[in-house]
Amino acid sequence: MKRIKGGEEASSGESPPEACKKLRREVSEESEAKAAGESPLCDWSLLPQEILLHIFQYLPLLDRAYASQVCRVWNEAFHMPELWRCFEFELNQPASSYLKATHPDLIKQIIKRHSNHLQYVSFKVDSSTESAEAACDILSQLVNCSLKTLGLISTARPSFMEVPKSHFISALTVVFVNSKSLSSLKIDDTPVDDPSLKVLVANNSDTLKLLKMSSCPHVSPAGILCVADQCHGLRELALNYHLLSDELLLALSSEKHVHLEHLRIDVVSENPGQHFHTIKKSSWDAMVRHSPKFNLVMYFFLYEDEFGPFFNDEIPITHLYFGRSVSKEVLGRVGLHCPRLVELVVCANGLRPLDEELIRIAKHCTQLSAIGLGECEVSCSAFVEFVKMCGRRLSQLSIMEEVLIPDHKYSLDEIHWEVSKHLGRVWFPDMMPTW
Amino acid sequence: PFVCQGRSARLPSAVQLPVSTLESQAPEPLNTMAPNSIHWFRKGLRLHDNPALREAVRGAGTVRCVYFLDPWFAGSSNVGVNRWRFLLQCLEDLDASLRKLNSRLFVIRGQPANVFPRLFKEWKISRLTFEYDSEPFGKERDAAIKKLAMEAGVEVIVKISHTLYDLDKIIELNGGQPPLTYKRFQTLISRLDPPEMPVETLSDALMGGCVTPVSEDHGEKYGVPSLEELGFDTEGLPSAVWPGGETEALTRIERHLERKAWVANFERPRMNANSLLASPTGLSPYLRFGCLSCRLFYFKLTDLYRKVKKNSSPPLSLYGQLLWREFFYTAATNNPRFDKMEGNPICVRIPWDKNPEALAKWAEAKTGFPWIDAIMTQLRQEGWIHHLARHAVACFLTRGDLWISWEEGMKVFEELLLDADWSVNAGSWMWLSCSSFFQQFFHCYCPVGFGRRTDPNGDFIRRYLPVLRGFPAKYIYDPWNAPESVQAAAKCIIGVHYPKPMVHHAEASRLNIERMKQIYQQLSRYRGLGLLASVPSTNGNGNGGMMAYSPGEQQSGTNSNNSHLPGVSGSSVATGNGSGSILFNFDNEEQTGPRSVGQQQQQRLHTLPQSQHQQQHAGYHSVPDASQNITSSRLYHEFAVPQHPGLFLHTRGSGITGKRERESEREALGEEEPASCSVNKMQRQSAEVSPQSAEELATSFSSQDFLSEPEPEPERSGRLMQQQQQIFNVFWSKQGFLNFQTYFKVCSQSSREPGEGL
Repeated sequence: MKRIKGGEEASSGESPPEACKKLRREVSEESEAKAAGESPLCDWSLLPQEILLHIFQYLPLLDRAYASQVCRVWNEAFHMPELWRCFEFELNQPASSYLKATHPDLIKQIIKRHSNHLQYVSFKVDSSTESAEAACDILSQLVNCSLKTLGLISTARPSFMEVPKSHFISALTVVFVNSKSLSSLKIDDTPVDDPSLKVLVANNSDTLKLLKMSSCPHVSPAGILCVADQCHGLRELALNYHLLSDELLLALSSEKHVHLEHLRIDVVSENPGQHFHTIKKSSWDAMVRHSPKFNLVMYFFLYEDEFGPFFNDEIPITHLYFGRSVSKEVLGRVGLHCPRLVELVVCANGLRPLDEELIRIAKHCTQLSAIGLGECEVSCSAFVEFVKMCGRRLSQLSIMEEVLIPDHKYSLDEIHWEVSKHLGRVWFPDMMPTW
Repeated sequence: PFVCQGRSARLPSAVQLPVSTLESQAPEPLNTMAPNSIHWFRKGLRLHDNPALREAVRGAGTVRCVYFLDPWFAGSSNVGVNRWRFLLQCLEDLDASLRKLNSRLFVIRGQPANVFPRLFKEWKISRLTFEYDSEPFGKERDAAIKKLAMEAGVEVIVKISHTLYDLDKIIELNGGQPPLTYKRFQTLISRLDPPEMPVETLSDALMGGCVTPVSEDHGEKYGVPSLEELGFDTEGLPSAVWPGGETEALTRIERHLERKAWVANFERPRMNANSLLASPTGLSPYLRFGCLSCRLFYFKLTDLYRKVKKNSSPPLSLYGQLLWREFFYTAATNNPRFDKMEGNPICVRIPWDKNPEALAKWAEAKTGFPWIDAIMTQLRQEGWIHHLARHAVACFLTRGDLWISWEEGMKVFEELLLDADWSVNAGSWMWLSCSSFFQQFFHCYCPVGFGRRTDPNGDFIRRYLPVLRGFPAKYIYDPWNAPESVQAAAKCIIGVHYPKPMVHHAEASRLNIERMKQIYQQLSRYRGLGLLASVPSTNGNGNGGMMAYSPGEQQSGTNSNNSHLPGVSGSSVATGNGSGSILFNFDNEEQTGPRSVGQQQQQRLHTLPQSQHQQQHAGYHSVPDASQNITSSRLYHEFAVPQHPGLFLHTRGSGITGKRERESEREALGEEEPASCSVNKMQRQSAEVSPQSAEELATSFSSQDFLSEPEPEPERSGRLMQQQQQIFNVFWSKQGFLNFQTYFKVCSQSSREPGEGL
């Protein structure tokens, strides 16, 4: 991979043959050495298949391809199923991406010769609809395989949403129906819908362990509830807040269910002033009783006035990210109601210092080990106090320089020493270029 | 108009000189005689603190100050009218100042390499002086001219005066590599002697007997051209908010210092609505063109600080602006691809979207976000925007909202921004898009909230976007949310008179923060749930390794190792000197140890995340144990192209592009013998399908590590595990300052892993 330099033909053309040359050279040296000794008939093509396979597993696709040209045995090894379990299709258009795409002919070959070997498949798709459609076309052809993981990944603007829904659904259900042991599925930002999730459940309920489907607007709370009810092995789940319900949490904490390890919730405001439902404390409690170690990761992208329903009761959040401005009041509630908090990131806040809020968070969130502050203000002495209270458990402390307001106790030049002292390591605020 | 006035005013004194005779029968450039000098102006458009110019006149018989302008290039170049105007004003000012010394500026139409040989002959030149240019292309150009000059028997004198320090010294102090965090840079600077004092301004006294032969037709031949002559349409062009020239710069620096003295506060000024506007004390364009010496600025700041604060020595932060500039110059000086993502060893490869329509909306101030549009309007009209405004629009274009490559934004700035310098511009864009310098990415500037926080009343918006003037402060940052009645009252219907917002910011930032996280998790091999830990050790966070660092360690045994590697190209970034201590040490072991280095290395690297992150071994994917994936051959090639450590994210295929490749592939694919025929195709493929072994992809969907990496095979684990741990410790404790090359090399080893921590 590394030898292929973008845009520099010479060296990209050079290196692989060099690799072969090196190989050949070594081979010939070896045989010469042997020749000098006893057996002149040492033949690399006699290398047992298992060893060859082992070696090939270390090689990137390109090296395997070159090696496969050495002899018939190596050529056969090239096609061993073990080497084709994983594939990442990259579907890009020159007009919408700087990256190259998997060559269509290679795709054809894989589908023809190796589709039954594929187990771990992902599609990286750029922002063009053509790419997403191409991915769907490939999916529809994966009838012979039994996938374990499938990921549909939009590397830029999500393009699966622009594919006709029926086309997408029929392609996806091909995989659901044919691969009866799917364990991981990542389909964020796609038009997946309730009926297709039913197909997923009907065919893969025993094996499904991971489901990521943030921003899938065609799925309803009932749709995801059906998944939670049936797939008792589910350990990781990512979805948007509008799919989260008390019923869902209770289903995930049923006796039949394995421990949940990771629940990721994105709270995104569609239009200003949107109202959000609340989740009962009892539902969260049930979840924590069932899976005491589960991580609840919540990303908020809300306007300040939309936080009403949140943080009024205790919530077992572990990782909390505020992508937009959040009020002092809400951060005050966070300090009171998030005892399991591990990481807190606040991108922006008003112009009043967050002093009491931070102190309260330090006091109540005894697991807190990472904090990031963007456009906020904190007085230097409150900040030092906060760090002192948290001490060395603060392994990540990312504070924009502008956040810290010098006061009578500490100037900006002094504060990093003071903070470093309490952290037990050298620390500086994050800086941005002033140019 | 300037030029004409100048010419007529100057004529009498020009006549005083025996012009024509000098032109026709200049003294022979005998070695025994006083030399005839050319001083070549590029940047450094000033007479104060200009050591190269000082050298030009020292003991010289004649001196001619030249500036090269390619009129054909001017019209077609990527540089906007404001920048050209600034440059021409600088040149006029220089010419005016030189006239006071009975000299003139010679603006030469053409390319230096074409014209110099003729000038050397015509003017019997024996000495050429110019200011050192640290930028890669400048260095290349200067080397060529130097060679030309040597061949013509012309002595060349080059002096450093565009930067405070000799950048090569900083790099040397850092073990041969430019520092890649600003903190590290500051540490290095604090170990250096203070910059050299400014040299004396060129004066009659310094000129001594040195004269400038000026012909009667000087104006026609060598006068400063007008914008019209360069092909710009100046009709309706408003007067310059930032007038160019040394005289203006020297006025400004006095004002700048007065204000600082008056404020008597040397800490960073707090941001307010006023800071957004062009200030008569602003200096950045003047530093860019060298109308103002950075050393003069440096020492004036120092003096003032000492005066105001009495006997306390100034902190580094006093020179913030100057040091940032210096930092980017240092980072760029040996990296010809500093302004690119591809092939740039310090740039993270991010799968940016190509979207010309969206880019145009951003560049033309039609995003529908008043805060962004007002800034872009200010930039286009005046040529300068506040640094926080730069952050806002850069974040919006790249990682914040539009997910468009920083290179595109950089090009727009290059056209419009007066102080855009190749190094500083590219460096800032990489920084702001979180493409380099270990920058935390969690913080996205909100295109609504950030402006509102800075200028709650919205006066800045009203100034640059008069169409929105009628909106009350409540809605001026998000007018699309204003009720229709408010829009009607403001006489501005959103979607008719002013565009609707081009993106849904909440949704875009949700997507983008997730993508950045994936990319950085892949880089740092961190797969936990935390966002902050995805970026390794910025500015001494994390393990604070910066202090533990000593440059000597970094250098250990690299050069010798490097030399035997095939394909190490001559490019300065490519040499990788001192870059890869860890990896190169591995390489060493390969030669002595029995086991393949690839395997060892693989083993070590493989466990990095285990120790870094408490691994959970739920292991619910059956992972075959043979999923190791770094091979000695890979390692071998890794070094073969050391300038390309960034490849692991999304790797381009081979350089062979276009139709020919496709054809050859198809040909090759012909039929049968599928393996052998597909090599071409594979060649590309291998780059993209990172050569991880299949099973590993299984892990990739999990954000935690419980899908587990394979355990090291038992026989290897004991001693090797220990070694791995050691390597790991070294690596992590140092990466805050170890440069990206090392870091990326290590990471790219790991990229064999699926990475994509979905």
